[in-house]
Amino acid sequence: MPPILELKGITKRFPGVLANDHIDIKLEKGEILALLGENGAGKTTLMNILYGLYKPDEGEIFINGAKVEISSPIDAIRSGIGMVHQHFMLIPVFTVTENVMLGEEYTRPGGFLDRNKAADRIRELSETYKLNVNPDDLVENLPVGLQQRVEIIKLLFRNADILIMDEPTAVLTPQEVDELFNILKKLVEKGKSIIFITHKLREVMECADRIEVIRSGKVVGATTPAEASPEKLATMMVGREVDLITDKKPGDLRETVLTVDKLCVRDFHSHVVVDDVTFELHGGEILGIAGVQGNGQTELVRALTGLKTPFSGKIIISEKDVSRSSPRRITELGSAHIPEDRQKDGLILASSIAENLVLNTYFHRPFSNGIILERLAIDENANELVRKFDIRTPGIKTLVHSLSGGNQQKVIIAREFSRPIKLLIASQPTRGLDVGSIEYIHSRIIEKRDEGCAVLLVSTELDEIMQLSDRIAVMFRGKIITIVKANAVTKEELGLIMAGVTPTINKKKIENTQAREIIT
Amino acid sequence: METPMQNEKIKIILNYLSNYRQHIPGVFFILVALFIKLVLTKSIEPEALTTFSTNINHTAIQIPNWVFNTRFALDLIAGLCAGLGLYQIIRGFKKGISSIIGAIGGLVVLGFLVWGASGTSISFTGMLAVMVIRSVPITIGALAGILSERAGIVNIAIEGMMIAGAFAGAVIGSILGLWAGILAAILIGALLGLVHAVLSIKYKVDQIISGTMINIFSTGLTSYLFIKFLQDSQNQWLNESGFFKPYAIPLLSKIPVIGPIFFDHNLFIYAMYFLVILLSIALFKTKWGLRHRSVGEHPKAADTLGVNVFRTRYLACVLSGMVAGFGGAYFSLGSVGRFEQTMTAGRGFIALAAMIFGNWNPLGALQAGMLFGFAESLTTKLSLLQFPIPAEVLLMLPYIITMVVLAGVVGRSRGPAADGIPYEKESL
Repeated sequence: MPPILELKGITKRFPGVLANDHIDIKLEKGEILALLGENGAGKTTLMNILYGLYKPDEGEIFINGAKVEISSPIDAIRSGIGMVHQHFMLIPVFTVTENVMLGEEYTRPGGFLDRNKAADRIRELSETYKLNVNPDDLVENLPVGLQQRVEIIKLLFRNADILIMDEPTAVLTPQEVDELFNILKKLVEKGKSIIFITHKLREVMECADRIEVIRSGKVVGATTPAEASPEKLATMMVGREVDLITDKKPGDLRETVLTVDKLCVRDFHSHVVVDDVTFELHGGEILGIAGVQGNGQTELVRALTGLKTPFSGKIIISEKDVSRSSPRRITELGSAHIPEDRQKDGLILASSIAENLVLNTYFHRPFSNGIILERLAIDENANELVRKFDIRTPGIKTLVHSLSGGNQQKVIIAREFSRPIKLLIASQPTRGLDVGSIEYIHSRIIEKRDEGCAVLLVSTELDEIMQLSDRIAVMFRGKIITIVKANAVTKEELGLIMAGVTPTINKKKIENTQAREIIT
Repeated sequence: METPMQNEKIKIILNYLSNYRQHIPGVFFILVALFIKLVLTKSIEPEALTTFSTNINHTAIQIPNWVFNTRFALDLIAGLCAGLGLYQIIRGFKKGISSIIGAIGGLVVLGFLVWGASGTSISFTGMLAVMVIRSVPITIGALAGILSERAGIVNIAIEGMMIAGAFAGAVIGSILGLWAGILAAILIGALLGLVHAVLSIKYKVDQIISGTMINIFSTGLTSYLFIKFLQDSQNQWLNESGFFKPYAIPLLSKIPVIGPIFFDHNLFIYAMYFLVILLSIALFKTKWGLRHRSVGEHPKAADTLGVNVFRTRYLACVLSGMVAGFGGAYFSLGSVGRFEQTMTAGRGFIALAAMIFGNWNPLGALQAGMLFGFAESLTTKLSLLQFPIPAEVLLMLPYIITMVVLAGVVGRSRGPAADGIPYEKESL
């Protein structure tokens, strides 16, 4: 029997990049194939080709042995291919039924929607695959995990046999990930075939039948979870030996640097998004803030950095009340910020590296003299930082938007770390970066801690939190649910807290910790 | 360093501020009550009567006019305002505050009417019938806006499409008859809609700029043609279309009060009812509507499911232009029977306010249209009552109401998520 899906020699070039280089991949019926690769390795490009969003420059696609042309999503749907995109393609103000049937509507004569019939079909599918989706719910009211299942139902509703999941676990809590894996197993049991795109080794080991590793647009190896080990996979993925565990000495606790007292922040619609948050942060320690995206971490950081005025409560940095201070005053007190969205809040993309490197110091000597900028000093500073922080760039006058994500992040780190700081607020510092850059940034953060800097690390990547933090705070619906010592808690327990389950942490576990799990 | 004393002070001030937010409306309500009691009531004789007449000639069943003591009515209104104000100060209306503010506004208007009509009578029914008529261009304009914005294209060109429709309607109507005039208005609207679509979808011109351009172009061109040709006495026949005569719907128009208000009008009013119902059904009950709305909310999602985003948006723009052009024909063919320079007088923009106020829903747009229609009707009525306010100030009333409404609503109502954002396919 021919494989259900076969890609032969798929090649795709973007200006200046060879995104896919003669990729050959086979998918057998009823298996979960993991496509493993770093960000930017070309996985998503390949899947977008398969889904008809991109046209390949070369190569052929076969389904059940027959050659097919896929030039639009409709073609893909007709060929039985369905895709769950990394960013969900759901319309928040529509109900589940409306989202599912859009484009494939059940109608009564005259073009009138037959919502009941569609809802019945959704209930039936939900029942068969144990998805627990209610067709009448508004999508915006559903938790992320359920939204993802709505996406899966969308594919099943269209009778898709080949399901592509693009980084499906990026937005999920560990418990939701486990549920997702159960659902995927159920799906293959019933004869569906799944391509699972990810860069997380643990997930590949856990749920895949076979693994194909992609690096710089090429398939560099195929293996199975039984034969592979995380170290081996990481080496294949990155192309060199990778140290998966960052070395960290115990911290050397110093005086309190940051005190947050009963902080409340309201959003634009005056909903409370940070709710009565209180904690202290000392020099020489890393406090990790864990939590699923959208539980108030963004707003907390915006308040701490002066970008948003809190509704009530107090923020004290080095004994100065900065609750209502401007970002510049907070910066001047020795606080550094690595923002969540580096392109939007961290850099001026259309400016040069040299200019971006003095964004928060340009008004000081030696970079300016009165109202005149001292170009020579700025350039000298840039040359030095580019060397010191290993920013890969043709020159200091290069515009920041032409740098890779990792190098852009290095620009921010260079800018923030090159002045004396007492407090570092790092929000999603490694989002979207390759393993090499992650390694680098992690070691820089730990270095700062060892120098006595207080670090607040906000991340939705539990592995990152567990690996770097000395203490971990979990945010859920705007509240800090608990603050624990990093070695006193397991990943599973943290996952439960992140999902809003009240913690009952067994104190005896402190000795017997499994906290150091393998990353990525 | 801030001392604890200072912190205490700040706390007190914050406390006061949070209460202050609740107190302001309450105090305002009571001031309104005092104004009605002390200023309005003062000039009224204790025995003066106000008559609200409810009959327009041909209703089958005449119901008695509504006659009451002016002073008593004003006291009642003032009492209601004061009661609401006290409640607001003591307990506070939580979520219902916007409707309470609306109610207070209504009471004030009623108070002025009662006061102004003291000793005489005003035709209450007539005033509401005028409200319905005046709401037509605003509601239809809002429907045009809903059509394009629900598909993600901001259309601020409604004013321009309307004035073009009014012009085409008058001229073609004069030459070929009223129905041909309507057709011409719809076609010119469609054409402008297509221009807007090409500019904003194909060339991804900022939609506000594209719309503004159409507004300036239409206003300028119609004014030029009007001054250059239509004002010439030899060409008078080109601007004498006449207008659609009212048609009383049998039975419905005989219902007392309701009949003359809603069912004794010309084509445009009935077309407005029809369009509101049609659009409500089409947008929310049909396959077409689901796809139309999906494109305005999340075009990429729609695209991945095989909905043609560009075609949907083109169609939306053209339909929007057609509706706006038709709404424009109201000014010439449905009202005065000829074209006059800048006769739309900003109604296209008020229509956009009505669209937002009506939360991008056809029924909401109708309600908002009625509100603005009422403001215009009130303006006319008050100037007839020889109100001691200059006519120019009264004429500003509808626009002031627009500003107040927008200030109160914008930010709270939620439009289509992808409104005004050009869609770009990713594929290269």
